[in-house]
Amino acid sequence: MSTVSTETTKGLKKVHLEEAVIRIAGNSQDGIQSVGDMLSRLSGRSARGVITFQTFPSTISGGPSIFQLRVGGHRLKSVGDESDVLIAFYQHSYRDHIKVLRKGGLLIYDSDHVTPDPDEKRFHLIGVPMTSLTIEAIGGTAKDKGKNLFLMGLIARLFDLESDKLIAQINERFGKRGPKVLDPALKAYNAGYAYDISTVGEVFEIEKDPVGRAHPQVCMDGNQALAYGAIAGGIRFGAGYPITPWSSVMEILRVQLPKFGGSFIQAEDEIAAIGMALGAAYGGTLAMTGSSGPGLSLKSEIISYAVMAEVPLLIVDVQRGGPSTGMPTNVEQSDLNLALYAGHGDAPRIVIAPFSVRDVFYAVFEAIQLMQEYNCPVIFLSDYSLATRVETWPEPNLKEYFRIHKPDLSPKGPNFLPYKDTPSGVSERIVPGSLMTDGNYPIISGLEHNEAGHPDGSPAMHTKMNAKRRRKLQTLRDKLPKPEVYGSDKGEVLLIGWGSTKGPIEEAVDQLRKEGMEISSLHVRYLCPLQKGIDKIMDRFKHVFVAELNDPGIYGFGQLAGLLRSVYGTNRISGINKTDGLPFKVRELVAAVKSKVMQTVHPSI
Amino acid sequence: MTHEHSNTAQVPEDLLKATRKNLASDHPTWCPGCGDFSVLNAYFKLNERRGMLKQQITTISGIGCSSRFPYFVNAHGAHFVHGRALTLATGLSLSRPDLHVFVFFGDGDAFSIGGNHLTHTARKNVKLTCVVMDNSVYGLTKKQTSPTSPLGFKSKTDPWGSTDTPINPVKKLIADGATFVARSHAAMPDHLLAMMERAMDHDGFSVVEVLSECTEFNRGAFDSALARKGGQFRIIDEKKNDGTPEDAGRHDVTNELAALKLAIEPWPGYFGVFYQIHKPTKNDNESKLIEDAMKGDSRSEMERLQAMFDMTK
Repeated sequence: MSTVSTETTKGLKKVHLEEAVIRIAGNSQDGIQSVGDMLSRLSGRSARGVITFQTFPSTISGGPSIFQLRVGGHRLKSVGDESDVLIAFYQHSYRDHIKVLRKGGLLIYDSDHVTPDPDEKRFHLIGVPMTSLTIEAIGGTAKDKGKNLFLMGLIARLFDLESDKLIAQINERFGKRGPKVLDPALKAYNAGYAYDISTVGEVFEIEKDPVGRAHPQVCMDGNQALAYGAIAGGIRFGAGYPITPWSSVMEILRVQLPKFGGSFIQAEDEIAAIGMALGAAYGGTLAMTGSSGPGLSLKSEIISYAVMAEVPLLIVDVQRGGPSTGMPTNVEQSDLNLALYAGHGDAPRIVIAPFSVRDVFYAVFEAIQLMQEYNCPVIFLSDYSLATRVETWPEPNLKEYFRIHKPDLSPKGPNFLPYKDTPSGVSERIVPGSLMTDGNYPIISGLEHNEAGHPDGSPAMHTKMNAKRRRKLQTLRDKLPKPEVYGSDKGEVLLIGWGSTKGPIEEAVDQLRKEGMEISSLHVRYLCPLQKGIDKIMDRFKHVFVAELNDPGIYGFGQLAGLLRSVYGTNRISGINKTDGLPFKVRELVAAVKSKVMQTVHPSI
Repeated sequence: MTHEHSNTAQVPEDLLKATRKNLASDHPTWCPGCGDFSVLNAYFKLNERRGMLKQQITTISGIGCSSRFPYFVNAHGAHFVHGRALTLATGLSLSRPDLHVFVFFGDGDAFSIGGNHLTHTARKNVKLTCVVMDNSVYGLTKKQTSPTSPLGFKSKTDPWGSTDTPINPVKKLIADGATFVARSHAAMPDHLLAMMERAMDHDGFSVVEVLSECTEFNRGAFDSALARKGGQFRIIDEKKNDGTPEDAGRHDVTNELAALKLAIEPWPGYFGVFYQIHKPTKNDNESKLIEDAMKGDSRSEMERLQAMFDMTK
């Protein structure tokens, strides 16, 4: 919470902040998420950036839960390591989260439930009897439902937020449920907003973008961006099976695709889901399936079929903690090997991992274009962190990013070869319903086949067709954009990452550079094929570290590090890994890089 | 999702038709005497009788001897993975209402590795015409026990005789919610064709279980249903609703309990249509969702997505 300036209004000192990190800690039924959503959306509506982070218990009901939002006027990259403001509903919320509050930060606690350490001098403490004031405001019942909205009113008052816009959101959210729900909600909010904050002595104002924003801001989580990107890219059929944290993608598409003439089917299992999606894809409709780790492993046989039959298909994996049921509501990047290698035989496929909520939209759009261009499955590796975090980002220009796709039923032939062995490896596919002018119809098959699609498992044919399927991705590799280094293109340390960790990695680079280290970072968005030139970039740095949220394994490096080491034949790459189920904190990365550099200089330490 | 069929002007009309002559492709690789030849033959006749055009039909199969089927039909088709033919067919049927989608697969595909899909495709009532070519043995892999192998069946995996209770396909399909369930025998081609015709005409998920002898690994398995082999081919006497006194004793195909009773008759059981009811297909239900969602909405698709983004501002 860096202070910009202060002024005094109405007896309260007004403190301007560049940005603030606010953490709300309570239980999962307290409605913390809906308050977080409304505050996030408000920030987007008032030219501020926001990134959120939330935790849920994976149990059905109950258990501690938090919502953290970082709000500020400049482009934010991560959710922030420390909180400027901690709001604690319960004693356990206070006890478990006080450690993330920065020194001098603000602790707002429900004095009906929380008794802070009386000797606490590090923080600014404000006790508010939120539970009893909420009950009083709503009128007489002993239920404390609504204290989330009381809190939102209090935050609006303290941070001088546009109260009318928050009230409008309460109306949008609860209005359709009638006055029995809406009236208490508004009463609770207003009671919080009216709370006498003179004891605090200050109100805070978080900076907006100085020049405003060129585009209106949209505000959503990564799964919503994924579903919208799929629609924009032309997906009109999907099938899936419920699994956390993938489910909300299918819930959105189930409801929204019919508006676009499409369908999303809840299948009986993960295998049926990919089978159905592939059936629609075979029929020429752009189709997708998705899951989280355990589900992706079930789909692997058909991934190999899609490679063999050369049918385009979008396959999403919203990664969570594994192996097995693992940690369903935690982030991990441990499905990279699965995405790269799931399936049997030599089955090359495209693998892309987005790095932010905004990038989820654009990357999924790109994935859909690539799968059509190369007639092969694309595995889209999102993760729990991207799926659940809310970000504001500039609205996409749909005039540029919207495609309508219809099956190509034009007549083909004579002598049409759906698996023609071209120099690029790419051949023109066939869709049922198209007329073959010479009367010869192709079958798609999992058996090795000749250019016409007829089974042919001869050694020469298998060698030739394996090469064809591989060459397609080599063609793509030639066309991928050059990898871009964040920072100087040479120096002491290159920090490589992939997926949702881009923000904290770049913030760590910024911080270490301020401290004098010659460090840059490289983010790998295309995991298969890899962009050309990564080796040349690595050569220009003394140390190469790959930071990823997975286990360093038996040999001391994670999954991307292993890939880079094998592809580039180097043992110079080492790993910065963790599997605590949480995103990287900037300070963790900073400390790990320093320690790694030290170890390399003084290996005996 | 409606699709115009491709321009057919440049091809002689007789080449377009799904006649036996036009559909016959490579010579089937089945063993001499295999029941599957008869099913293929019936499929050719079926499409010819229904006046189908070649590009209107799609033939999908799983893995096994029977699932070689699409290679022998010169029309669009897919030879898919083991057990999942129904899933591929479901995706195609739901997204391409202009096609008639057929599934040909075996007892291993339908009742073992793909058993769950059979259940759920039946309860979804996806518009598909399916033929299970049941030889009660794994033939392609050279004689292992199948889910319909009878108790005591000796195979390479049960040299002492199988002890697992066999699946009763008709009973299972009725219990799963299939809306058309019939049974036939590859050695009774006229009956088989009649069953396949009724299956094709059924608007919904239709299945014909065809006893199709494996001459190599299960010779004579279905002889007890053939008169010329000393058995009896017992055809279901369906209700004619002709008001005659004997009609009261005939089978009502819409009566689930009566159908189940017929299904559990001792081997070799009955042949014919056990069960047929009409209810909305999955295809109808999904189309209705699309129709309702688009009703009265004159915006372009892009404008609809824009409105979704606007909601997030």
